[in-house]
Amino acid sequence: MDKQLYLDLYYQMVLIRLVEEASAQLYQQGKIGGFLHLYIGQEAVSTGIISARQPKDRVITAYRDHGVAINVGIPAKLVLAELLGKATGVSKGKGGSMHLADVKRNFWGGHAIVGAHLPIAVGLALGDQYQGSDAVTICMFGDGATNIGFFHEALNLSKVWNLPVLWVCENNQYGMGTAVERASAVKEIRQKALGYNMPNSRVNGMDVLEVRQATLEVLDQIRAGGGPHLMEVVTYRYRGHSMGDPERYRQAEEVKRWQENDPIGIYRRHLETRSIATPEELDEVERRAEQEVTEAVRFAEESPEPPPEALFEDIYAE
Amino acid sequence: MPEITLIEAIRQAMDEELARDERVVIIGEDVGKRGGVFRATQGLYEKYGPQRVIDSPLAELSIVGVGIGAALYGMRPICEIQFADFIYPAFNQIVNEAAKMCYRSNGEWTVPMVIRAPYGGGIGGGLYHSQSVEAFFAHVPGLKVVIPSNPADAKGLLKSAVRDPNPVLFFEPKKGYRLIRGEVPEGDYTVPLGKAKISRQGADLTVVSYGMTHYYALKAAQVVAAEGIETEIIDLRTLLPFDKETLLQSVKKTGKVLIVHEDNLTGGYGAEIAAFLAEHAFTDLDAPIRRLAGPDVPAVPFSHPMQDWFMPNAEKIATAIRELAAF
Repeated sequence: MDKQLYLDLYYQMVLIRLVEEASAQLYQQGKIGGFLHLYIGQEAVSTGIISARQPKDRVITAYRDHGVAINVGIPAKLVLAELLGKATGVSKGKGGSMHLADVKRNFWGGHAIVGAHLPIAVGLALGDQYQGSDAVTICMFGDGATNIGFFHEALNLSKVWNLPVLWVCENNQYGMGTAVERASAVKEIRQKALGYNMPNSRVNGMDVLEVRQATLEVLDQIRAGGGPHLMEVVTYRYRGHSMGDPERYRQAEEVKRWQENDPIGIYRRHLETRSIATPEELDEVERRAEQEVTEAVRFAEESPEPPPEALFEDIYAE
Repeated sequence: MPEITLIEAIRQAMDEELARDERVVIIGEDVGKRGGVFRATQGLYEKYGPQRVIDSPLAELSIVGVGIGAALYGMRPICEIQFADFIYPAFNQIVNEAAKMCYRSNGEWTVPMVIRAPYGGGIGGGLYHSQSVEAFFAHVPGLKVVIPSNPADAKGLLKSAVRDPNPVLFFEPKKGYRLIRGEVPEGDYTVPLGKAKISRQGADLTVVSYGMTHYYALKAAQVVAAEGIETEIIDLRTLLPFDKETLLQSVKKTGKVLIVHEDNLTGGYGAEIAAFLAEHAFTDLDAPIRRLAGPDVPAVPFSHPMQDWFMPNAEKIATAIRELAAF
């Protein structure tokens, strides 16, 4: 891996963290409203996964989608403008936080209905199989989604038809406020693949390099015709399910324990102790990310609201 | 022109669309090797192969979900739900996903997908093989809802639905599959979505219907014509979006409207037509708008007499026409 790629991964994770902190602030200022689900703590997951994909590989995810959107290459300013519901946002203000998407970057959306995008991922992969393409559909979802029927039908079908899908469960330990073991019959989500005779793995989601390496290997297997794979990525969200979550369901010590295991901190230590990058270089990366976010916030705040006629646009395709 | 059954027309439409466009695929339970529960896809698996006529597990939400994904990819899936009664597991996929993709993406994503499902009672199917479900979906902007009443329309409308860039629900009156026969134009043709058809001209009153009840309405019209009542029969064909102009023109002429459907009355599709005409044709009306619909009971019971009491038929429609004509 060349040095620039190491630095790029660091940039992406820092950028996501700063975008999320800026969003939290904008939310508290009343400029976002509605619902806001932050990705803080989970940065290494989508950064590792998406850095391993090829441009032809599709990505589709659930509602905690800001980090994924930034990793597929949507500029922070288009993400923040969308969070503010502005006409310049990546979904022109119609989507908001949970519905970022950009097909040009092969990003097939954040989806707000838990689990409902999994069967759609099967259909996208069916398209690749039908066309004889070796692209892979990467479908991400939370641990909560693995308890709903969509998940089980979609996994079964992907295996029956041997489709090129990488199922990625971002296990952040809680479905809203319900801990995994209170909602799932098995503690390790990967075990759910066994009923579908599907290859599976469990990866440390706080280590971006481990996530990236695991994804590269699995994508190769799928591309070679190996069929679908369920990858459980163990992570943790530092913030509540959404803004305004009182978090009565967990102890402050638990959050602190995970924060000491911060994916950005771990990665920075790794780069420094292995002498891959100097502290000065990493500080410089952070400064660049700060600058991008400062400009993105300004852009989002100064952007216009959507025009009234947009309400009636694009109900049907012509 | 050759005379064929309704289900033959539907099969021909799919056969010709599969041949015309290799993006077209069929997905559903038993649509392949078995040829479909009503044999709508018979012979297509042998002709086009398992890549184009795809047997799915018994899993409606996946049939539709996969269809949406394939349509987003650029394919033209035709999803078959064996009975309209089985569509509810896919309700989320249809209403929350298919209907909203174009809107949420500012027109970037389209879902050119058809969902075919046989609907309606009268074949002794009982509570879960007799339902009419159109009202649930006709409420949803972003979807189109089509119900044919005869072979020529069924073939032309289904071809239009396959070629349409939007998700189309295509409900087929299963009692009419082999009962309703008719001539079908030779060669490739389409019938436009969103256009009603005046299937009988008359000056005394307008009967608005679709699907199986349209078939009965035509029979009723013959009966009352012998008594001197001339009915105008409108076959809506597309319920969403519906043809407002044809309705307004007819009511201007007749001044009286009877709306007939098999689905139960309250919140049924007829309520929308009645409300539309009350708002936009009030001064043309000479009588209150009348609705004849299935009764407000949870489902069509199995018992044959009970099924008959449930179902609108030519006799019940003729009675309603006479009452309205006498107003």
